[in-house]
Amino acid sequence: MTGLCNTRLSNLADLERIREELLSQRSPSAKSVHVCTGPGCAAKGSPKLYELFCAAVKQAGAEVEVQAKAVGCHGLCECGPIVLVQPRDIFYQRVEEPDVAEIFRETVLGGRLVERLLYENPATGEKADTVDKISFYKVQKRIALAYNGLIDPTSIEDYIAAGGYTAVSKALNGMSPEEIITEVERAGLRGRGGGGFPTARKWRSCREAEGFPKYVICNGDEGDPGAFMDRAIMEGSPHSVIEGMLIGAYAIGSSQGYIYVRNEYPLSVERLKRAIEQAKELGLLGENILGSSFSFDIRINRGGGAFVCGESTALMASLEGRPGEPRAKYIHTVESGFRGKPTNLNNVETWANIPQIINQGGEWFAGIGTEKSKGTKVFSLVGNVVNTGLVEVPMGMTLRRIIDEIGGGIRDGKRFKAVQTGGPSGGCIPTEHLDARVDFDELTKLGSMMGSGGMIVMDEDTCMVKVAKYFTDFLQKESCGKCTPCREGLSQMLYILDRITDAEGQVGDIERLEQLAELLEGTALCALGKTAANPVISTIRYFRDEYDAHIMDRRCPAKECRGLFRYEIDPEACKSCGICLKNCPADAITGEKKVPYIINQEKCTLCGTCWEKCPFTAVLKV
Amino acid sequence: MAQDRELLEHIVERYDGDTGMLIPMMQDLQSECGYLPAEHLRYLGGRLKVPMSRLYAVATFYSSFRLAPKGAHEVTLCMGTVCYLKGAPSISETISLQVVNCMGACAVAPVMLVDGKYYESVTPASALEILYGLATDKATAEKEAEI
Repeated sequence: MTGLCNTRLSNLADLERIREELLSQRSPSAKSVHVCTGPGCAAKGSPKLYELFCAAVKQAGAEVEVQAKAVGCHGLCECGPIVLVQPRDIFYQRVEEPDVAEIFRETVLGGRLVERLLYENPATGEKADTVDKISFYKVQKRIALAYNGLIDPTSIEDYIAAGGYTAVSKALNGMSPEEIITEVERAGLRGRGGGGFPTARKWRSCREAEGFPKYVICNGDEGDPGAFMDRAIMEGSPHSVIEGMLIGAYAIGSSQGYIYVRNEYPLSVERLKRAIEQAKELGLLGENILGSSFSFDIRINRGGGAFVCGESTALMASLEGRPGEPRAKYIHTVESGFRGKPTNLNNVETWANIPQIINQGGEWFAGIGTEKSKGTKVFSLVGNVVNTGLVEVPMGMTLRRIIDEIGGGIRDGKRFKAVQTGGPSGGCIPTEHLDARVDFDELTKLGSMMGSGGMIVMDEDTCMVKVAKYFTDFLQKESCGKCTPCREGLSQMLYILDRITDAEGQVGDIERLEQLAELLEGTALCALGKTAANPVISTIRYFRDEYDAHIMDRRCPAKECRGLFRYEIDPEACKSCGICLKNCPADAITGEKKVPYIINQEKCTLCGTCWEKCPFTAVLKV
Repeated sequence: MAQDRELLEHIVERYDGDTGMLIPMMQDLQSECGYLPAEHLRYLGGRLKVPMSRLYAVATFYSSFRLAPKGAHEVTLCMGTVCYLKGAPSISETISLQVVNCMGACAVAPVMLVDGKYYESVTPASALEILYGLATDKATAEKEAEI
């Protein structure tokens, strides 16, 4: 794409002119192939597909105008690699290298469908040829992910042509900072990082705070295991984040911004860096943006691999070059944050919502969602569901609809047991609350929380005590160690949970866990510690019988905890093939031809080899 | 170290000697050297007028920093008496296992990252195959180099 590079936009009219120029170059019937290069599809080999499509385009030469684009995450990672063919919006899934030539010949050049690569509805068997016919996408509403999968994230031209940076232009052209904050207030936008604090109120406090300079920060330290919403936005539409920050900085009165990205997301850093450079070249970042008196610059910092740095005060300590230890927040960061100056920190998804709110108005945004939670929320729907991936839905949709309609229900015909939301600070929600509407307050009421948007679905084979232990172990390792309740309390909780899953649970352990949890909630210094017991408390609340079974009956109902179940051979299913006997490392299996084999429970070490090796699934966990 | 001094000066200049950018500087140093050599940290501390204790606090707080060098692959190799006698020192190729909390590709879990490449739905068996592939990749590369 040529045309606008090396031109600095010196006023608002320039931006409009460029957009018109770009649009005139792109006819709506233009042919293009979009290859998803998000983390899910990339793991399945999509970068190679992109190369092959590029080669095919080159080979086709000048006769046909086709573009191959590497785009950000489409969401339906389960079916990756995903390829979208425009202008007809044809959606191909599970594309492999040999399919490239066929797609190019049949669909791109010939306009015909390649039936076998179309998405098939697992329930009805119906094939969907375009995106809007796929149930996974049908019930979604995309605001933060609006550009994902549609534009090339490395091209600012793509973003501008799709309507990008119009919100900045609108904000700078006749909106006062106060009007912007009022618009965000009208939208009812609440922080998407987990806390759900009203964004406009934060902005106003920072704007009114004394002190100079003021800073704005984008929190891209997405540390919750099981969450990748922010990664998808930073990698799929980095300019949305920059545009959001520009508007926020103008409203707050800041001229310096920081984006703090997780160390594990090198591609996010690369995409954001590139986007910042492009924006600078065009004069959308830097001095006198679009000819106005407003100047703003953004710097990227990489995290160092510490979960606690997602906490705002710890993040700011890290930005100052210190260990990421949080501090008590009796003085808010909007008054004294980064370098002791007024600092406004918002999450990636929050920033990405801002341009849409300015463009379409606060009222439009407030028209989506529930009474107190407006707009949409992006979730990473993972675990034991059929369709795993990223989904963006209006607030207030029930968990059941998300899991059944979008997620396609539970995998392998198993039964649903619980859905974990809110990451290590959240909790597990059981079947009886599946009709709860997903918003900030409803999830908190259920003992979980919205968090940043991880949604991990668990089936009947998941041991809830083990889930609680996993999160406690995670938090215990990630605790910074500054305050005693978190440092020592979590270690004690883990010690008790270890005991319970090792068949050594004691009567009174549940009460001990509850006591420690209360202590943590009441006395820990930061949000990590205060909410650290949520996974334990919510599993005790809804699955107390499982804890009891572990402790009293020495039995793990999900048959996951070694030592709390045993292996037996089903005499009716056993074909006496002898495979289990041959593989048993403890010589615990006896048997002979035509007689069902038997496991000697005294010798059995519960290694599970027989269970894995039996070709007739005759070895059972009981 | 003499030539590394130039590297360190370059890194410090890159961030205008701003002590707030200490972590990015240390990250740059690590990506150049593979770890944070003590001597380099001492030089960096002197240059920025930051005490060694603070550099050490930062280096040990964040799990991505390493104070020891690492190879192309990194494994823990037993140098117990018997292993030593049976030829452990000749085993030079190593592989490192680093456990991280979520790489953001949960939809295709379990995920393993090997030398920058993502592998999806990894099983113990396929993990071994992938690692085995590293050995064959290397062998093929060497063979090609000979030709």
